[in-house]
Amino acid sequence: MDGHIPEDVCVPHKAFSPRRVLAIMLRHLYVLRRSWPRLLELAYWPMVQMILWGFVTKFFMGHSTWVAEAAAVLISAVLLWDVLFRANLGVSLPFIEEMWSRNLAQLFVSPLRDSELIVALISMSLIRTVISVTPAALLAMPFYDVWVFELGIPLVAFFTNLLVFGSVIGILVAGLILRFGLGAESLCWLGIFLLAPVSAIYYPVSALPNWLQVVALSLPSAHTFEGMRGVLFEGTFAWDHFFWAVGLNVVMLSAAAVYFLHMMKMARIKGLLMQQGE
Amino acid sequence: MSVTAPVTAPVTAPVTVPVIEVVDLYKSFNGVHAVDGISFSVAPGQTVALLGGNGAGKTTTISMLLGLLTPTRGTVRVLGADMPEERHNALGQMNFSSPYVDLPRRLKVWENLTVYAHLYGVRDVKGRIAELSEDLGLADLKNRPFGDLSAGQKTRVALAKSLLNAPKLMLMDEPTASLDPDTGDWVRSYLERYRERTGATILLASHNMAEVERLADSVLMMGAGRIVDEGAPSELIARHGRTTLEQVFLDIARGKDGVENTHGQGGMA
Repeated sequence: MDGHIPEDVCVPHKAFSPRRVLAIMLRHLYVLRRSWPRLLELAYWPMVQMILWGFVTKFFMGHSTWVAEAAAVLISAVLLWDVLFRANLGVSLPFIEEMWSRNLAQLFVSPLRDSELIVALISMSLIRTVISVTPAALLAMPFYDVWVFELGIPLVAFFTNLLVFGSVIGILVAGLILRFGLGAESLCWLGIFLLAPVSAIYYPVSALPNWLQVVALSLPSAHTFEGMRGVLFEGTFAWDHFFWAVGLNVVMLSAAAVYFLHMMKMARIKGLLMQQGE
Repeated sequence: MSVTAPVTAPVTAPVTVPVIEVVDLYKSFNGVHAVDGISFSVAPGQTVALLGGNGAGKTTTISMLLGLLTPTRGTVRVLGADMPEERHNALGQMNFSSPYVDLPRRLKVWENLTVYAHLYGVRDVKGRIAELSEDLGLADLKNRPFGDLSAGQKTRVALAKSLLNAPKLMLMDEPTASLDPDTGDWVRSYLERYRERTGATILLASHNMAEVERLADSVLMMGAGRIVDEGAPSELIARHGRTTLEQVFLDIARGKDGVENTHGQGGMA
């Protein structure tokens, strides 16, 4: 009887489909495109951070020789910290949004693969992060005379490493929220702040106690901020820190993906995919 | 449809390859059996209803058919694919609709349908959405956010989403729950026409006996995670000496046929 069903409505299904990745991105872009409060919120906090830290830095510049030398470091650190923070939210918030709208089951009864969802979330994270930090970066130019884009190619390296590491945290948080439900949604904000003290954002790793330095240097974020200070203080690109950051990111991203797929498997065993929602 | 007796009897070999084949299926949550050893198969083009009270195991069964839930034991084959391991071979050819699973509320109707059309790999996205909008009377709704729609309008949109890929198999969990009688009747009529036109296979879970009598070729009565009776609606009514399926359901639910009460089980519904 099913000869009546038109066979050519859909294209044949592939193992990994960029089109399905784009479909998930499209779903979130539709929301962003129409919601100016959301767009404003994305840019708002990084700009507020930049204004506060910028004026604090400007004040101390007149009272401290070190701060006068390090002004660009502090402003750049504010900006790059926001890259890390926003990259984390860029993954975890769109995932939570699917749970808020009770859409998760619809997605997973479609041909969408778990791996495609991960790629789509990371891609959305890139878009949301760029929207978030670009206004703050532009603000730093006229207000504080800090031209972050003058960092050039190293800035791309720092941005990419922090984007990937922020996404890793976002994937881990998404997995936990899938497992423990929306009651754990505050992990989106809490998780990344746990890493802030050991990421050596505003101070060098050497400022930490010895045992914490070991922890810090096991994180891509600490290597990235060390690299940033190297460029701004000494004018040299610290390749060792760069390669450590890339290597750690590759390992952590792989581990996060395996962990998320495991959480999806557990969700299928425990029946969590049908039950999610507000 | 070809259905087997629960647990003990083997699955009857159908003439055609079944669209759904479930053998000795179990699902437990924390030691409670939500589905307790059911076996059945559904032939192409048939409409089969899963009937049972709350906690009877209907939604748990549908979740396993969709690959959303991994069975504790037993096998589920849908369109020739073992679920959930081979679900990606089947999911593109089937679809699902439930009032308990939403679409993104902030997205407009056409945006929702566009996203899902891409997810299902629809060739002509605009054309397919236009066709379904016409068919389901969605033209006036297409620019409204899904969250602003009434229950009846949401049901029509959800139905459009579930038809985007022209599915060979539709799984519907209480398709007319919380709808007024007029809208409920409209949905039932649409499903009847769709089945006649396409020959699609439909499996629906429902509490609505009149709906089941009208739509289903065959019924699987579930209670306490088991299939406690099965057959065409008219057969069940005759076998139980009743005049309506609702009376049969109440007999079974209240244990008048020596069947356990359907309530109080663990599970998803």
